[in-house]
Amino acid sequence: MKHLWVVLAIAAALSDSSRAQEAPNAENGKRLFLKNGCYECHGTVGQGGTGPRLAPRPLAAPALTAYVRKPANGMPPYSAKVMTDSEVADIRAYLATIPEPPKNLPLLNP
Amino acid sequence: MAQPTKSVDRRGFLKGAALAATAPIAIAPQARVATPANVTETTAGTPFGSDPRVTERPGADFMVDVFKSLGFEYVFAMPGSSFAGIHESIINYGGNRAPEFITCCNEESSVAMANGYFKIEGKPAMICAHGTVGLQHATMAIYDSYCDRVPVYVVLGNTLDAAHRGGEVSWLHSVQDAASMVREVTKWDDTPQSLEHFADSAVRAYKIMMTPPMMPVVLTADTEMQENAIPSGEHPRIPKLTLAAPPQGESGAVAEAARLLVAAENPVIVASRAARTPAGMKLMVELAETLQAGVVDQHRRMNFPTRHPLNQTLRAGVAGKPTTGAPVMEADVVLALESSDLYSTVRQAKQRNGALKVISISSLDLNHKSNYQDFMRYTDTDLSMAADAEATLPSLIEAVKRQLTPDRKRALETRGAKLAQASRQAQQKARADAAYGWDASPISTARLSAELWAQIANEDWSFLSDTFWIRDWPLRLWDFDKHYQYIGGSGAEAVGYMAPATVGAALANKKHGRLSISIQTDGDLMVANGVLWTAAHHRIPLLILMHNNRAYHQEVMGIQGLANRHNRGIDRIHIGTKIDDPNIDYAKLAQSMGVRAEGPISDSKDLAAAIRRGIDVVKRGEPYLIDTVTQPR
Repeated sequence: MKHLWVVLAIAAALSDSSRAQEAPNAENGKRLFLKNGCYECHGTVGQGGTGPRLAPRPLAAPALTAYVRKPANGMPPYSAKVMTDSEVADIRAYLATIPEPPKNLPLLNP
Repeated sequence: MAQPTKSVDRRGFLKGAALAATAPIAIAPQARVATPANVTETTAGTPFGSDPRVTERPGADFMVDVFKSLGFEYVFAMPGSSFAGIHESIINYGGNRAPEFITCCNEESSVAMANGYFKIEGKPAMICAHGTVGLQHATMAIYDSYCDRVPVYVVLGNTLDAAHRGGEVSWLHSVQDAASMVREVTKWDDTPQSLEHFADSAVRAYKIMMTPPMMPVVLTADTEMQENAIPSGEHPRIPKLTLAAPPQGESGAVAEAARLLVAAENPVIVASRAARTPAGMKLMVELAETLQAGVVDQHRRMNFPTRHPLNQTLRAGVAGKPTTGAPVMEADVVLALESSDLYSTVRQAKQRNGALKVISISSLDLNHKSNYQDFMRYTDTDLSMAADAEATLPSLIEAVKRQLTPDRKRALETRGAKLAQASRQAQQKARADAAYGWDASPISTARLSAELWAQIANEDWSFLSDTFWIRDWPLRLWDFDKHYQYIGGSGAEAVGYMAPATVGAALANKKHGRLSISIQTDGDLMVANGVLWTAAHHRIPLLILMHNNRAYHQEVMGIQGLANRHNRGIDRIHIGTKIDDPNIDYAKLAQSMGVRAEGPISDSKDLAAAIRRGIDVVKRGEPYLIDTVTQPR
């Protein structure tokens, strides 16, 4: 049984490693962004909330991954066990699809 | 005065009948005989005055005279037998005017409504509750008011004399020392033993609660004293109420504070509950303009106009109580006025600048309770005045003016211009930030706030809910310049305060013709949704927009943080934190209680029309609820 778990873990790691070679999947990123509760602090379109704004123009993937692993301020750390590197990359891809906010909105004129 | 209605009260009739049966051996003296409050002539079969069970002039009538002398406009209460004597005297003898009985569905709501009423009207309201089960409900809201420095006049019913209690329920609703349950979170209490004693303590309680720091007080009214006749020959006197002048800062300390502020390069005024009244807000403006000093408003009250050029709150931080940020971090002198958490306010700034001078003016230095920890961590200060900030401001302003030289004034004007520029930039940034997530569904709290502002900006409006839960968007985007336009939060950060406090505040606004509005969190409303019925029943105009994020969102984040810290994944954090499956239909909930309502609305494009419909109804004198499904924050 123990061997089976080792094999499965290696397979999962290889799968993740091979996925890392693929282009990040924004659609999956959106699903993960909601499923993993990122939106609870950052809003469903990364507009910011209790946590800072993430989109549009998210951090570069390495910086985002590093921050997720060792965040500052009140954000809890997301370990690779909870969210893999490729999942973070997918989330970043989703955030990158979010457009710039509209400009000159009448309701936001002073 | 209106004459008592002649009707049969079942509880009183049964109790009176039981006591009458035992009267020959158990009751003496006559003045202590319990009699039913009201028995009709036809029921009793004897003329009034000849039946000993008829009481024409109960003690509660005198209690109502006392309450009238104190000027109470409203009494908030859920009915209860232990104070039925007062209840009956209010509605019959007192004509249900000043105080008028406002029917509540929970004693916690009664107190929170009184809290909200005070913060708008500047006058206290009274609440009535059972000394046992009613007070147990009311306790959280009393703690809120204690922490929020809000006077609430709590009148408890209790039957102290065990020989005169009725059956099982009467015993269950009796207690040796009713006020003991809340003595740690009230300023004063008493259990009067006679009507003369009642009047004396009633006036004393009022005076004590209205002297800063203001807090709730408790008066226990004995059931027998309420319901029995005023003893023959007794003419209890109502003492004259003279409120105490609030404590002012000592003149030497005020002069030293002025010296430090005038000499400072970057003084900052941090206000939490500084402006108790509209006059306090004007004084805040005068002090800031005299000093050309920045102001950080921590918004426990409406202390300072949001768009005043010297308002630096937006630079101090948002989405929470602003405690750090540029204004305080760059300061060389901080003047803290009625600060609710001075330690957190200056901790980082003191670490950065060891020479930072901290001046505190707070009436809380006159409060000496020890059990509940609302006094916060002890803070190093350089000058501390145990005084009411608002009452001290006039002398501080004059002291500052005396010390200002023409050269110094010119320097201050230069500083003021820089602060005005920084304030403008911060407001521009807030508007730019609000555009992110503009078309999102669920609706962004910024969009919700902007849509609402667009339709109330030209009205005489009053915003009655805590902005903390919506990232302070109204305070960031709107032009608040009147004291009644914001009432701050609960005091003890307790869930279940907002909805009833909002309705109580809206009741206060009613006679002024103001447009009362709130953005109501869903979890809070579910604690106290009976206030919707109270609003409908008493025709209290109020527009409620739901901040329906379908969760106890603060706790979602808390559990999420712990789950991550423990490295266990976050796929179960919804358990116990989400308010979904099924989603609550707040429009139907409101409609079921007689409040016109619509929703749920998830598309921001539908907001404007809904808000227009709501305002139309509210202007006709009714409450209206719009269920808007929103982003978490």
